[in-house]
Amino acid sequence: MHDVAKHDAGVHHAPTSFIAKHVFSLDHKVIGKQYYALGLVAALVGMSLSWLMRLHLGWTNAAIPGLHLLTKNGAPGDVMTPEFYLQLMTMHATIMVFFVLTTAPFAAFGNYFLPIQVGAEDMPFPHFNMMSFWVTFVAFLVLVSSFFVGTGPTLGGWTQYAPLSALGEVGGPGEGTGVVLWALSIGIFCVGQLLGSLNFITTTLDMRTKGMSLWRLPLSAWAWFVTSCMGLTAFAVLMPACILLILDHVAGTSFFASSNIVINDQMQPHSGGSTLLWQHLFWFFGHPEVYIAIVPGMGIVSHVLITNMRKPMLSHRVLVYSMGTLAVLSYMVYGHHMFVSGMNPVSSLAFSFPTLVITIPSTIIVLIWLGSLYGAKLRINAASLFALGFISMFIAGGVSGFFLAQPSLDIMLHATYFVVGHFHLVMGVAAMFGIFAGTYFWFPKMYGRMMNETLGKVHFWLSFVGAYAIFMPFHYLGLAGNVRRYQAFSPDYMQPLIPLHKFITVAALCMGAAQLIFVYNLIHSRFWGKPASGNPWQATSLEWSTPTTPPPHNNFGDKLPEVFHDPYQYGVESSVGDYVMQASPEKVKTEHDEA
Amino acid sequence: MAKFFAVTIVAIAILSAIPILRHTWWMAEDISTHGAPIDEQMSETMAEAGISFVVSQIILAFFIWKFSNPKPGDKIRNFPGGAKAMVWAAVLLVGTEVMALGLFGVKAWATVYFTPPAANALPIQVQSGQFAFYFRYPGPDGKFGPIHPDQISESNQNFYGLDTTHDPDSKDDIVTAEMAVPVNREVHLLMHTKDVGHSFFVPELRVQQDFVPGLDLSLHFTATKIGKYEIVCTQLCGLGHYNMKAYLSVLSQQDYDDWLKKEAALQ
Repeated sequence: MHDVAKHDAGVHHAPTSFIAKHVFSLDHKVIGKQYYALGLVAALVGMSLSWLMRLHLGWTNAAIPGLHLLTKNGAPGDVMTPEFYLQLMTMHATIMVFFVLTTAPFAAFGNYFLPIQVGAEDMPFPHFNMMSFWVTFVAFLVLVSSFFVGTGPTLGGWTQYAPLSALGEVGGPGEGTGVVLWALSIGIFCVGQLLGSLNFITTTLDMRTKGMSLWRLPLSAWAWFVTSCMGLTAFAVLMPACILLILDHVAGTSFFASSNIVINDQMQPHSGGSTLLWQHLFWFFGHPEVYIAIVPGMGIVSHVLITNMRKPMLSHRVLVYSMGTLAVLSYMVYGHHMFVSGMNPVSSLAFSFPTLVITIPSTIIVLIWLGSLYGAKLRINAASLFALGFISMFIAGGVSGFFLAQPSLDIMLHATYFVVGHFHLVMGVAAMFGIFAGTYFWFPKMYGRMMNETLGKVHFWLSFVGAYAIFMPFHYLGLAGNVRRYQAFSPDYMQPLIPLHKFITVAALCMGAAQLIFVYNLIHSRFWGKPASGNPWQATSLEWSTPTTPPPHNNFGDKLPEVFHDPYQYGVESSVGDYVMQASPEKVKTEHDEA
Repeated sequence: MAKFFAVTIVAIAILSAIPILRHTWWMAEDISTHGAPIDEQMSETMAEAGISFVVSQIILAFFIWKFSNPKPGDKIRNFPGGAKAMVWAAVLLVGTEVMALGLFGVKAWATVYFTPPAANALPIQVQSGQFAFYFRYPGPDGKFGPIHPDQISESNQNFYGLDTTHDPDSKDDIVTAEMAVPVNREVHLLMHTKDVGHSFFVPELRVQQDFVPGLDLSLHFTATKIGKYEIVCTQLCGLGHYNMKAYLSVLSQQDYDDWLKKEAALQ
């Protein structure tokens, strides 16, 4: 913890030039906004790709006007080829998982608000912080560039299962240069995340201002801290895996390709590699990644809900411990992705048990949210609607985890749309709702202007109903045996499912269109929104105590704040209303002081 | 708006449950001897997960309905029992559910993976490759000849790389593009791939198993109903993945013998 006096770490003077201010900025707030902008662009790209996929799945032979502009050979006559469908699918997933779900809730909001919530001027390593954004940006460019190089992007799915990913162009279009660019992009992305995680961890541990004990950190700050601990270990495994994959392409190694592979009647020049090695490395990262995407959302949603319920959660500590338990368990459950992979069947059972157990901390978190709503004075606004929607989506996507945790049921559900429905609800839509809740809540602090509430509510309604209309039917498709990653449904038994696919496509187009309302609201409010006061929601944490809105370059002006209270002093009587801010020396006698 | 939101949540929860309760889209009919515990497990899990889903959505909706739009002067209240009640509820309810599902699940899994195939099970080999399955029957000698990957040639229809000139065991091997099995006879399926990862999924048979380059894996099952079913690939294997399928015919013993003779004549 730091004294109120200024400290050296992370201190830098306010920049004067345009480039230092807006491009290569050391200011965590600018970096946070840059991450947000990248996440927004990536989300729009990822969503557009999903529109193309959905159109193709509903009406497989229909021409999509202009599609040929995206690809050299993938759309003759604007009709999507099977390989181009897989390429779009792979890019949709990679962009969404890495560049949206990891960057927006964690890197964007975390960068902007973690230092302010702990009462610091900046992160301790501003240069690393700047680098973390710019390498992530480069990673995005490298990934997108694969659309324009050779035979296009890789078609191997975001999991890039070997040996398809390790063999080169002989495996299919995009499996040569496309895979190398994919692995290069993700490897670079990992560097960005590692640098970011280091900053987040040190900010939380070393940069807290006077009076800010760990238990006085808001739940959002706790969530970013837990996430950064996961990021540090998970991305440190994915990065070398990507390097080995690149070596298999460019250096003649065979880490992931075994002997005796025959393609087009030709023996491939590989030996000694292991398919399952890639799967273990990938999922050791891949499952914590699910929590890297969702835990920040849990923190943001808790933070937003508390302010709008006007009361703290039933237990701050139980929520923190539960998020920590999720993080630890997330490493022990990854094998449930591999139940039918040929891994030893005893290992499957060993991975099944912790996967079932992880539902306990998740349930505790949900019950704490629900129990805390009891007796609340709930305000309904765009931010709280998305936070409540998050809970609904998290429950809906979470319960299907019971099925996928069991190897015997995985026999029927593995690689079907049931899995796709599960993870889209629980980590895709829920995390997006967390981002939206955070945006409507924090926008006034970030830009000094309010977002349009009416448009926000319209955006919510269309998104909430749309998400269920799209992703609930995915579960039904999966139960009926509809295999995922098919560009068309040629097996006889899948053909009766096509009308349901058409319904989903229509729902997806509508829900996607609703997101344009959000983008309009964001841009319009940025320039023409109603000016916001410094604390429009009557909230308590330090981001609402900055001397100006948006906060000045060093966040708190000449003097760092001193913290006197737990983060969520709501439902009390004070000179300002029913709350007391963390930085207010006003005495409050409540039971929370003893917590 | 809060009340409308609450009603919407309940409506969505109920609408989502209807197709499940009516089995509008559901698993294909089970035609295996080992599938019953899997189906039972699915129904039990569906009941528990379904109840958890609907009940928690209704609680969420009810609290939104009840506690939004407070009147001036309303005070906040805490849930009786507090966080402790929630932790106990989660540990007891979900803990029991987890233990029960876990233990019954082990039983279902064991019937598939921990029981060895019977000694007289019919051995059939399946080889996957971009983007087709090929099946091999050992012929009258009951032995599979060795595979020579370097001799695999699709253009010469030598899908398995068999050397019938030098390997006597290969001479009577029967390689087919479709799979046939006799009804009520256990089959020992020996699986390998010639190129990348693939998978063998027959929903009606309640089997799904990946092919893994470098590994020889096996499955065993008994089909109990005569009919024609589809084998599909579930592991992304390249541009033709969606079209990688084969038919499985479950035949009477007589029809199976006739089919095998016919196929042998074509070799």
